[in-house]
Amino acid sequence: MTEYVSTTPGLFPLPDWAKDDLSDLKGHQKHDLIGGDEGGEIAAAYENARSDVIEDQQNAGLDRIVEGQLRWDDMLAHPLAVHDAVETRGIVRYYDNNNFYREPVVSDDLEFSGDVADELEAASELTDGDLQAVLPGPYSLADLATDEQYGDEAAFLDAIADFLAGEVDAFPAHETLFLLEPSLVEEPPEDGADERASEAIDRVASATDADVVVQPYWGALEEKVYAHLLDADIDAVGFDFVANQDDNIYNIQEYGATGDISLGLADGQNTLVEDPEAIRDRVDWVEDQLQVTEFETVYLTTNTETFYLPYAKYQEKLEALAEAADLAEVTAA
Amino acid sequence: MTTNENRDQFRPEDHENDHFIMTSVVGSYPKPKWLNRAKELYQDPDHSFDEDDYQEAKDDAARLITNEHERAGLDTVVDGEMRRNEMVEFFAHRIEGYEFNGPVKVWGHNYFDKPSVVSEVEYTDSWLVDEYKFTAEAADRPVKVPITGPYTLANWSFNEAYEDDDELTLALADLVNEEVEKLVDAGARYIQIDEPALATTPDDHAIVGEALEHIVADIPEEVRIGLHVCYGDYSRIYPEILDYPVDEFDLELANGDYDQLDVFKDPEFTADLALGVTDVHVAEVESVEQIEENIKKGLEVVPPEQLVVSPDCGVKLLPREVAYGKMANMVEATRNVEADLDEGNVDIERGAPTPADD
Repeated sequence: MTEYVSTTPGLFPLPDWAKDDLSDLKGHQKHDLIGGDEGGEIAAAYENARSDVIEDQQNAGLDRIVEGQLRWDDMLAHPLAVHDAVETRGIVRYYDNNNFYREPVVSDDLEFSGDVADELEAASELTDGDLQAVLPGPYSLADLATDEQYGDEAAFLDAIADFLAGEVDAFPAHETLFLLEPSLVEEPPEDGADERASEAIDRVASATDADVVVQPYWGALEEKVYAHLLDADIDAVGFDFVANQDDNIYNIQEYGATGDISLGLADGQNTLVEDPEAIRDRVDWVEDQLQVTEFETVYLTTNTETFYLPYAKYQEKLEALAEAADLAEVTAA
Repeated sequence: MTTNENRDQFRPEDHENDHFIMTSVVGSYPKPKWLNRAKELYQDPDHSFDEDDYQEAKDDAARLITNEHERAGLDTVVDGEMRRNEMVEFFAHRIEGYEFNGPVKVWGHNYFDKPSVVSEVEYTDSWLVDEYKFTAEAADRPVKVPITGPYTLANWSFNEAYEDDDELTLALADLVNEEVEKLVDAGARYIQIDEPALATTPDDHAIVGEALEHIVADIPEEVRIGLHVCYGDYSRIYPEILDYPVDEFDLELANGDYDQLDVFKDPEFTADLALGVTDVHVAEVESVEQIEENIKKGLEVVPPEQLVVSPDCGVKLLPREVAYGKMANMVEATRNVEADLDEGNVDIERGAPTPADD
């Protein structure tokens, strides 16, 4: 019998009070962004904001609770942007969005950092066995960064995968790990690189006993990329059904799927809040298209991060997802 | 020398050189500190500084900055957008169908009140006619009116109401057309459509072109229509943009040290080029000599009669004295290049790609 799990890929908007306070405390310029060594009032503001978003998720009734990644000024590039072996340079566009991050340039060996593990430690104090870790997948993180240390693409991807695996190894107990991989869609790997991307993901996934969900978004994966991804030892692949339905369904019909599946059904980039019933109907629709397959776990999530949204709308999205998962359980039973 | 009637309607009668390269600005300018202070007082419910007082402050600032542009010697001027807060918000507040739900992140701790389109967009009152009339009254030079373009208005909003963003873009384009008609009736002859969202998504040139056709429908030929684009990947939009129904393309290029200039050399650039010749992200005033070199980059793409110069983008984030210094040096550099052209001292091969650094 299928379990329906409501969750999100994290990277939430800051509560409005924290936007104001942290603007004042940190400033607005490039050199004011997070360095990873913050303390005092800045650290305290983030701590309060973290409690807020964890409470939001608990109030909404989500089945998995994320830390919120509120410190991630550079979005998915964060784990590198705060790393000692990395220099941050100009402000560059974040995929095709009107958002920007500091270009991280890796200029030394990527040793263990522990930055994300510290966040999760703090979050685990506030959660009750339903913690979900979130990281950029190795392929996307390598794609967002510039390498001046490892020399070639394959070696750089290896180094990033080893680095992320080391970080995961230091995580406190977590139920699920989401690896966000938008670059697999936006900058698809070529022949050979697709296999390496899958191996890199496999390496990161092997560092945890938790269920691992790999979530690509902003479209569907190319067929070969999807086929290779299925070779990685992961529990679920995510599908962005907001951006593309037909190609995602095609991939599953043609190549099969993992035992669990993650469905991006609520739009993380639009203020229009979906009805829980409509989200539930979309789950039914996907399952109807794939009649032969029964999944053990179906994750219901926004397709993308939600930092794009005004705070109140992000809260409403969480509620819609939690309710949709409850409705899906009821229908299934 | 061939002429360019559309551009040369803005040539000052007392212009000192035979050659004329028009100088202009993109639009925004640093607000005087007292104007920001006046806004705070106006927003403070406990203070007696009221709407009329704030209106007076904005009028004063608009007059001041218009005159500051004239003092710098610019051929066409703007009021520095003293009455506008942000390029999408300002218009969204004036268009029926928009709603605001709070700030969203652009980068770091820079946010904007990204609005949502929740129902069909409609035109009610004019957006800019009062602003234009006031500036034209205050100015001795011709006034340019910048308007945020429909593609950017659509792209930088949440679309809850339209089937897709293209449909929203075209609906907004019809409203922009209505506003341009009103501005032209009020006497405006130089309109600039700002589309910073162009060249950020593959193939977006098609919808922007279609939107521009809507915008210029029934607008008289002699009205100069410019299109401002910045910080995009221009190879995504060139040469397709040459088919747009506009007289001038205003392009940010100094910021990237003209590394995208070659894009515009082949095929031949057939419109007027308003070239960014000072970098608005560097808080230092470039020397007159440096700006002269930058202006000459433009002559690698178009002949002098198709050239206009302006800063890369709006200068509102610069310290005010730096912004002024850039304008003044830009004008001086332009007049120097014109004089050099008059004397036949400029020898630039047009259309040749820049040789790679050795």
